[in-house]
Amino acid sequence: MIFNRLLSGDLPRSRVLALLLIAILAGLLLTPFAFPGAKALNVAAKICIFIVLVASFDLLLGYTGIVSFAHTMFFGIGAYGVAIALNRIGPSWKGVAAGVSVALVLSLVLSLVIGLFSLRVKAMFYAMITLAVATAFQTLASQLSELTGGEDGLTFKVPELLSPAFSLSEHPFLGVSLDGRLIAFYLLVTVTVVLFLLMLRIVNSPFGRVLQAIRENAFRAEALGYQTVVYRTCSNVLSAGFATLAGALLALWLRYNGPDTSLSFEIMIDILLMVVIGGMGTLYGSVLGATLFIIVQNYLQDLMKLGSEGMAKVPLLRDLLHPDRWLLWLGILFVLSVYRFPTGIVGKLRTRARGHS
Amino acid sequence: MSAPLLQLEGVHTHIGAYHILHGVDLQVARGELTVLLGRNGAGKTTTLRTIMGLWPPSSGTIRFDGGEIGALSTPEIAHRGFAYVPENMGIFGDLTVRENMLLAARGAKRVEDIDAARLEWVFGLFPALRRFWQHPAGLLSGGQKQMLAVARAIIEPRQLLLIDEPSKGLAPAIIQNMIVAFRELKQTDTTILLVEQNFHFARQLGDQVAVMDGGRVVHAGSMADLAGDEGLQQRLLGLSLAAHQ
Amino acid sequence: MNAITTANPAPEALPTVTPDRIPLLLLPVLAIAALPLMGSFSTWVTLTFAGLAMGMIIFIIASGLTLVFGLMDVLNFGHGVFITLGAFLATTVLGRMTGWTESESLLRNLLAVLPAMGLAMVVAGGVGLAFERLIIRPVYGQPLKQIMITMGGMIVGVELIKVIWGAQAIPLPLPAAFRGSLLFGEAAVEKYRLISVIVGLAVFAVMFWVLSRTKVGLLIRAGVQDREMVESLGYRIGRLFVGVFVAGSALAGLGGVMWGLYQQTVTPEMGGQINVLLFIVIIIGGMGSVGGCFIGSLLVGLVANYAGFLAPKVALFSNILLMVIVLMWRPEGLYPVGKR
Repeated sequence: MIFNRLLSGDLPRSRVLALLLIAILAGLLLTPFAFPGAKALNVAAKICIFIVLVASFDLLLGYTGIVSFAHTMFFGIGAYGVAIALNRIGPSWKGVAAGVSVALVLSLVLSLVIGLFSLRVKAMFYAMITLAVATAFQTLASQLSELTGGEDGLTFKVPELLSPAFSLSEHPFLGVSLDGRLIAFYLLVTVTVVLFLLMLRIVNSPFGRVLQAIRENAFRAEALGYQTVVYRTCSNVLSAGFATLAGALLALWLRYNGPDTSLSFEIMIDILLMVVIGGMGTLYGSVLGATLFIIVQNYLQDLMKLGSEGMAKVPLLRDLLHPDRWLLWLGILFVLSVYRFPTGIVGKLRTRARGHS
Repeated sequence: MSAPLLQLEGVHTHIGAYHILHGVDLQVARGELTVLLGRNGAGKTTTLRTIMGLWPPSSGTIRFDGGEIGALSTPEIAHRGFAYVPENMGIFGDLTVRENMLLAARGAKRVEDIDAARLEWVFGLFPALRRFWQHPAGLLSGGQKQMLAVARAIIEPRQLLLIDEPSKGLAPAIIQNMIVAFRELKQTDTTILLVEQNFHFARQLGDQVAVMDGGRVVHAGSMADLAGDEGLQQRLLGLSLAAHQ
Repeated sequence: MNAITTANPAPEALPTVTPDRIPLLLLPVLAIAALPLMGSFSTWVTLTFAGLAMGMIIFIIASGLTLVFGLMDVLNFGHGVFITLGAFLATTVLGRMTGWTESESLLRNLLAVLPAMGLAMVVAGGVGLAFERLIIRPVYGQPLKQIMITMGGMIVGVELIKVIWGAQAIPLPLPAAFRGSLLFGEAAVEKYRLISVIVGLAVFAVMFWVLSRTKVGLLIRAGVQDREMVESLGYRIGRLFVGVFVAGSALAGLGGVMWGLYQQTVTPEMGGQINVLLFIVIIIGGMGSVGGCFIGSLLVGLVANYAGFLAPKVALFSNILLMVIVLMWRPEGLYPVGKR
């Protein structure tokens, strides 16, 4: 029952999916102890941040049926907000709060303006316009180097509690030193879970149902008396807000932000792939998509290296399996997903579960 | 009586989730002008579009000249000998009148390839087209556009013309011009299926008539019978005597 | 009744033919307005030429994109991949013909560059055919999927290019006779820019001829306006579309060679980077309008170069600003294509 309330009545509806979700959560929680080393911790943190980011994108793409290429812009605003504030004010919680609030306000205003001006137009134009706006914003960020550090980005200190120098106890616990990094990590996981549950609540609210009705048939929804532009704009604003928070988390974790870490178009493409592969229109898809993608991004390369070495004598195959070509295979998976299983992994799992029962 | 040129039997058409045609039965006799009457939303335009394959039927049969055409694509149907004038006339506004005519003459690569005598005949029916030959069709008046649309349909001999509301939005004088042109067209033994709401217009041209309502044909017979039976008109079309005087 | 029959048909006044020339005037107006800001006439000539050259290359690339959209409402977010493909093919061809490209003879240079262009067009066209079949055809009429899948096609395409040519930038030096500038009085005009303008004009002329003088061209223009009517007249628009898509891809391949030579380096990301510029151009021109695309490309090229000289920081946004200004004036672009 309590689960039902926490998940806003939107249960995984597939045993495999439920197990996978539990495994992911457990894996994240246990990472510091089960997989020692900075790389594993960074990968786990990145998964958390991208779960929020991808879920917020799904709010737009999957639940509202809008393709926007400006999502990383809001992600970047969040990251820059924290980075600039901490860089100027110094490492304090006040700085974090200031950065996050300014970033949120900026994102909300921007998304409202973009939404009101262009959500009336066809999907195609919206995609193009957001692409242009996002590119301009990226240029702007690298041009305002006084404020943003330009191409080099900004390095800054985080509040002491979260910094590696902070130590909770002299003695390591289960072989892991209890420092600020660990606290930061668990804070990150907690915030991720909270934000995710919040989004789950939103999409399962009456508001979320209207969004889906609009996605299915905008004319009908309009005929039923719903102001589609208002709803779409709201969805746009909410989605931008969550992306901004994800960006703030990113900056806090990395203690650095630059155009390539939060604004680049590659990240936009990555999110798109994660959402589609995981499953559009279901927030659990974002969890699966983000986790799978980031693990592949970080570990498939090792596997491919083996494959590539094995094929060292076969020229083309060797190049196809080159570790740097991981995106090729995810790209193919993406294209296949779009027309073979548009509901992604989650959709597949749920269909199978329905078939069994 | 010979077999009808076009025969629809139990044709259903869905557009998305909407069920528009509910089993249309319709016959178009060879060499005659059949008028499809009915109020707005009765399914007349959908019937024409279904015949042309633009909204393919979901069930039922459409036979043309003995062959089934319900599953063919629009270009294939056109090649069987159909000419279609849609409700919006389908004029290519950025193209000149000349270019519009050239596209309608499928067999012609250049304007010079168009049968000169036939072109003269079309110019005779619609003199305005000669005058505006080199003008962008988008600049023509509504009546001239309608003339161009009909002219495109007849620039090459076709077996069956499907024409959707040629009188729509036209001034009475232009409508009268149209009637004259259609009468001359009928002399050439062309088979025509005409959708109309204007009974006055329809009555002057139709040999046969079919009346649609709620996605079905609810009456079919000769125009003479309908024109002579005011009770029937009243019942089928909701027309009062004054309306078509 | 009688009165109606005898009445003369409504007086048919000759409609006045006023093709919309105002967008055409934008180019000279912009160029002249920029003149006093430049300080010197020779700078102005140089920049104007640079802008025109850049605009011409963009036009070559974007023309297919706009036509494909006009004809089938298909917007190919992966168009950039054909640019990249063309550019990389040029590195291979020209890289093997250094003897010819390094020769001072213009003829020998051309004999190296022309096959490179030809090959780029053929291969890009062929890949375009496959792209249409595999990527675009399954999602006709589904804009959301179309956006995603064409993006996906580009990701895969770019990765495959990296498999073949590697992920690094490859230099693409200009052939010897293309280097350097011609002097017109004080003003220096780079030879390659002159060549770009000539090639661009030639492409525009051929395209203009096809679209206005041939039946296929008329069908394309008619299809952009009313696809259903073209089909009702008995023409298969699907085939026409494939043809246009392949031609557009081939032109993008050609544009890729030219852009590569313009930049003198080729990177796998170059296509994606130009994409934004292409979208801006076709939005400015009016989606589906080749004439609008031509003017839009030249405007973008000129503004980028003028702004780059006057205010380098603003230059990066100049295109977006230009788009916003044009859309405020004409919300559907310079030449809105009359859809049904």
